[in-house]
Amino acid sequence: MSEALTAALALLVGLDAKLIEIVLLSLRVSLSAVAIAALLGLPLGAAIAVGRFPGRQTVIVVLNALMGLPPVVVGLLVYLLLSRAGPLGALGILFTPSAMVVAQAILILPIIAALSRQAIEDAWREYEEQLRSLGAGRMDAALTLLWDTRFSLLTTILAGFGRAAAEVGAVMIVGGNIDGVTRVMTTTIALETSKGDLPLALGLGMILIAIVIAVNAAAYLTKELAQRRYG
Amino acid sequence: MDLIRRLLLLVAWIAASPAGAQERFIVVASTTSTEQSGLFGHILPVFQRKTGIQVRVVALGTGQALDLARRGDADVVFVHARSAEEKFLAEGHGVKRFPVMYNDFVLIGPQSDPAKIRGGKDILEALRKIKTVGVPFVSRGDRSGTHMAELALWKIANVDIEKEKGPWYRDTGQGMGPALNAAAAMNGYILADRGTWISFKNRGNLAIAVEGDKQLFNQYGIMLVNPLKHPNVKKDLGQAFVDWVVSPEGQKTIAGYKIGGEQLFFPNAK
Amino acid sequence: MSNGAILPLRLADVSFAAGGRTIIDRVSLEIETGPSTIILGANGAGKSVLMRLMHGLLEPSAGRIDWNAPERPGAPRKQAMVFQRPVMLRRSAYTNVAYALKIAGIPEPQRGALVRESLESVGLSHLARRSARVLSGGEQQRLALARAWALHPEVLFLDEPTASLDPSATREIESVIKAFDAAGTKVVMATHNLGQARRLGDEILFINQGRLVERAPVEQFFSKPQSVQSAAFIKGELPWT
Repeated sequence: MSEALTAALALLVGLDAKLIEIVLLSLRVSLSAVAIAALLGLPLGAAIAVGRFPGRQTVIVVLNALMGLPPVVVGLLVYLLLSRAGPLGALGILFTPSAMVVAQAILILPIIAALSRQAIEDAWREYEEQLRSLGAGRMDAALTLLWDTRFSLLTTILAGFGRAAAEVGAVMIVGGNIDGVTRVMTTTIALETSKGDLPLALGLGMILIAIVIAVNAAAYLTKELAQRRYG
Repeated sequence: MDLIRRLLLLVAWIAASPAGAQERFIVVASTTSTEQSGLFGHILPVFQRKTGIQVRVVALGTGQALDLARRGDADVVFVHARSAEEKFLAEGHGVKRFPVMYNDFVLIGPQSDPAKIRGGKDILEALRKIKTVGVPFVSRGDRSGTHMAELALWKIANVDIEKEKGPWYRDTGQGMGPALNAAAAMNGYILADRGTWISFKNRGNLAIAVEGDKQLFNQYGIMLVNPLKHPNVKKDLGQAFVDWVVSPEGQKTIAGYKIGGEQLFFPNAK
Repeated sequence: MSNGAILPLRLADVSFAAGGRTIIDRVSLEIETGPSTIILGANGAGKSVLMRLMHGLLEPSAGRIDWNAPERPGAPRKQAMVFQRPVMLRRSAYTNVAYALKIAGIPEPQRGALVRESLESVGLSHLARRSARVLSGGEQQRLALARAWALHPEVLFLDEPTASLDPSATREIESVIKAFDAAGTKVVMATHNLGQARRLGDEILFINQGRLVERAPVEQFFSKPQSVQSAAFIKGELPWT
């Protein structure tokens, strides 16, 4: 085990080319996914937060529940969509990074929407009277709150990214774990471990943990700095 | 709004990864044991250098690999379960089956050899003994070529495994690597392909118990997925791969793959 | 902004109930331009609810509330309100005031001068770039006043604006309010503070238990209260409701 650890550290320090390729692909996939999920999820969360419509409570409950979507299930559903035998097969993106981005975006969209909804609704409670007094309509209010809660929302986005970067079920199924094409940190760890080949798995595991820690630290620091600067 | 436009451009740029933009590539559905043996890492670069075609291997169990091709999500299948392959052909999903190479299965077990079969040359006898003594036996349970070979061997040994399996028979539903890990952990026996065994690094107390029996012969076949049934199949590129694999050059490349000085696969395309 | 003046405001038999309780009970009154109006009453008398009904943040359960000219949706508001606790965006003091102008549809090039003028009028020019939410309570409330006044509203509602402030901050706020009053804005302010009512008000509307009990010019109210409740309140003997 200790030789595996030493070998892992050697890969890290030596900036092994394969390792770097895998890490970069992972970052590219998860960052794209979180960007898409944020573009769709933040406005959705804001709309639900300030909106009043029949069934609103149900929507909120369902959205919160979808946060717990199992990644493998998302992977399966997206696979069925993108398979040649499925409705979107003609897109031909199955077993490419694009399919992985789609699957992860679907996975974290509920997280971003639900958490932003909560943050914006809390802010709306504080701001509603004042904004209405100034003559702001619901649309103005939603946009204003989106910007005003930007630090909470950044934390939400970081949470979404962390979830995407750490999952293996969805990307494994829709990506196919193809060497050099769709192999990311999590799927490589799964593969190498099943082969009993630990150094690469350990090396990637350490990087993944480092990323998770960095993301959480960033979220914490954001909140602290924002509080101090903006109140 | 300007911010949104910039974000969209960023997303598009990120998502248009170089890996995805390769034009000349095919998807080959194969098995986890073949991929984990390292064979593809050895032969595919040769093929790509010669033809410029990138081969993307999706590694699953044999059953899943064939199902993937049935849905049209692969251009070529390269597996090792003859009856399943022939069924696939009969259904019209494949064009023609070419034998490519063989490797063999080995029965792996603990060095302590509780079933007292180590060093034997008769796999059927060994399996019967395992059942009689009731020593742990790990099965892949995942419709892979290895799993189907294991089931076939029980049948030939006159053991109705469905009826006669007891708590000693551990059905894990996993790939070769995890199954070997399980066997090491429970001091049990397991049928494995030699390729995975040779490259398996976590052997613990496991060693080869039985080998060399002709019944343990594991034949590989390759098929182009039928473009008439699945129009999206890249038939020219796929055919190029099939042709190369059974060509003298491809066969020589396969034979040249060694681990620890040992050849893993024995080409036998005619 | 002077055509289509929104005053006078008429309340006719306005009631407001919530949670089974009647909070405002058949109030009829008229708010006209000119003298600053103090809505005076004990805590829980219904002052805040009455203010919100007049400002349009609440709908009455019964009765009518009519302005002289209806406000066009999308047009800049002619009435503004300052709340007991100021609510500021996470931006600079300058931007908070500019925001009010933006919502009102004032084009960007015109906002700068209006913002600077407003900040100047409340003595906050030196804090324009400071983040609004880290200002002191008194400074934030002055900023709220600047924001409310930036559009030069016809009516300025103030709901107990100094209730959370210390005496020196209170003095600053009161002087700003007096200045706005002098500049021609109609001031309608709710307070339970007798001294403040005397300092700032021209007329008193005394509210008790959701009813308009008495209305009189300020000196008359304090020297010759017409009702038992008014007299008790002035003496500080009115029970909490």
